Amino acid sequence: MANKTALYDQHLAMGAKVVDFGGWDMPLNYGSQIEEHKQVRTAAGMFDVSHMTIVDVTGADASEYLRYLLANDVARLDIKGKALYSGMLNEDGNVIDDLIVYRMTDPGVPGEWFRVVVNCATREKDLRWMAEKTAHFDVALTEQPELSMVAIQGPEAIAKAKSVLNESRGRLIDGLSIFQGLESEGWFIARTGYTGEDGLEIIIPEDEISEFWQALADAGVAPCGLGARDTLRLEAGMNLYGADMDESVSPLVSAMGWTVAWEPENRDFCGRAALEAEKAAGVAQKLVGLVMKSRGVLRGHQKVIVEGVGEGEITSGTFSPTLNVSIALARVPAGTKDLAMVDIRGKHVAVSVVRPPFVRNGKKVFS
Amino acid sequence: MSDIRNELKYVASHEWIRNEGDGSVTIGITDHAQDLLGDVVFVELPEVGADVETGDDAGVVESVKAASDIYVPISGEIIATNELLEDSPELVNSDPYGDGWFFRIKLADEAELGGLLDAQAYGELCEDES
Repeated sequence: MANKTALYDQHLAMGAKVVDFGGWDMPLNYGSQIEEHKQVRTAAGMFDVSHMTIVDVTGADASEYLRYLLANDVARLDIKGKALYSGMLNEDGNVIDDLIVYRMTDPGVPGEWFRVVVNCATREKDLRWMAEKTAHFDVALTEQPELSMVAIQGPEAIAKAKSVLNESRGRLIDGLSIFQGLESEGWFIARTGYTGEDGLEIIIPEDEISEFWQALADAGVAPCGLGARDTLRLEAGMNLYGADMDESVSPLVSAMGWTVAWEPENRDFCGRAALEAEKAAGVAQKLVGLVMKSRGVLRGHQKVIVEGVGEGEITSGTFSPTLNVSIALARVPAGTKDLAMVDIRGKHVAVSVVRPPFVRNGKKVFS
Repeated sequence: MSDIRNELKYVASHEWIRNEGDGSVTIGITDHAQDLLGDVVFVELPEVGADVETGDDAGVVESVKAASDIYVPISGEIIATNELLEDSPELVNSDPYGDGWFFRIKLADEAELGGLLDAQAYGELCEDES
């Protein structure tokens, strides 16, 4: 029996084509994926992301526990509400999952706690790993399955969201910096997302989301499915767990080096020793962007050939609705320069190698 | 429910075939097929003048989601391809039985038409697949 979010019936009523995603029945699109993608790039779209797993981390050692659990360092979160993107690594330095952690309280005060949002497809192994690692810490993990989550994204997202919210929530949104989230009357409102556009992710009690979703729809926010979510995140150069990285690779070969906090040197975290060894030996691969000018679409698992250097593989590929060309993320040998070939059904097609993102705030950003 | 036209013939690989009555047929993919594919972004079509046989690869239709082969549903010579699809591949989604057609074939043997599926048989096949 598949899991359904509180919005399931509304998705069907809005014409959603539903698919299984990590054990959840989720909207793939509501008609046209490309149309939804363009709505987010030019106006505002909304995504039901209630399938994501929310875990609250409380207890006297909450901060010390997360500093050990995660490759990025929650000590960098210097103000209440600030968010951090991090990998959660195993002892081999490979990626168990990627996640966002929010500081829910002022730093350093007693009773400080954090909220972690992880992927749904990895929920069970994440929770198991997180529980195992609590062993030497005074910390409690509380999953919050009764909370729903909606992402509102696009240049008009914040204005449209404010138009259906009360004044105090509107003021709270005005005060949010990018990558910060704060609580307001039982809602958690964050200026984060997975599209490369400005916008909000809002965590709401399950029994309140229906009315909010409908109000957003009435205000002209387009419902968007997982299809558009994938093309948007790929244009934004954001990794998808299970495609671009998993437990067989480290963050250093997944364009996640920036999420590894090496300083302070005396902070031990899961996977640190393995990452240091990998770095010392020389990181053999890198995750890059590919752009194909000719007709066709790059797809995951296609082989990448770099003349005189070696071979790699596409981890995610798609057609970019914003750029009208095909784009991809690929793991290639570290020595790869500006050009490569991709094997598309036996034909070798030239692609340029770029540094992602491809699109930010509606505009092309690579050269 | 997908749109299945009574006046057309079909094959199991989801191409439709319209008998033009002059020894030629027009071919495209069905509404059911375009719905499964999602937004179409490229269509690669065969060369005009090529001799093709039933079951040959005739090109590729690429959607945002996946690449899918197009098969020749009936033997003959390719006499035209739909140039509109070069700039407007979305016609395959919006008008699969009209402006979204793929190519025309001059039939090698009109008797082969008898081996195609009618609307009812194709409809049952789609039901079984879903």
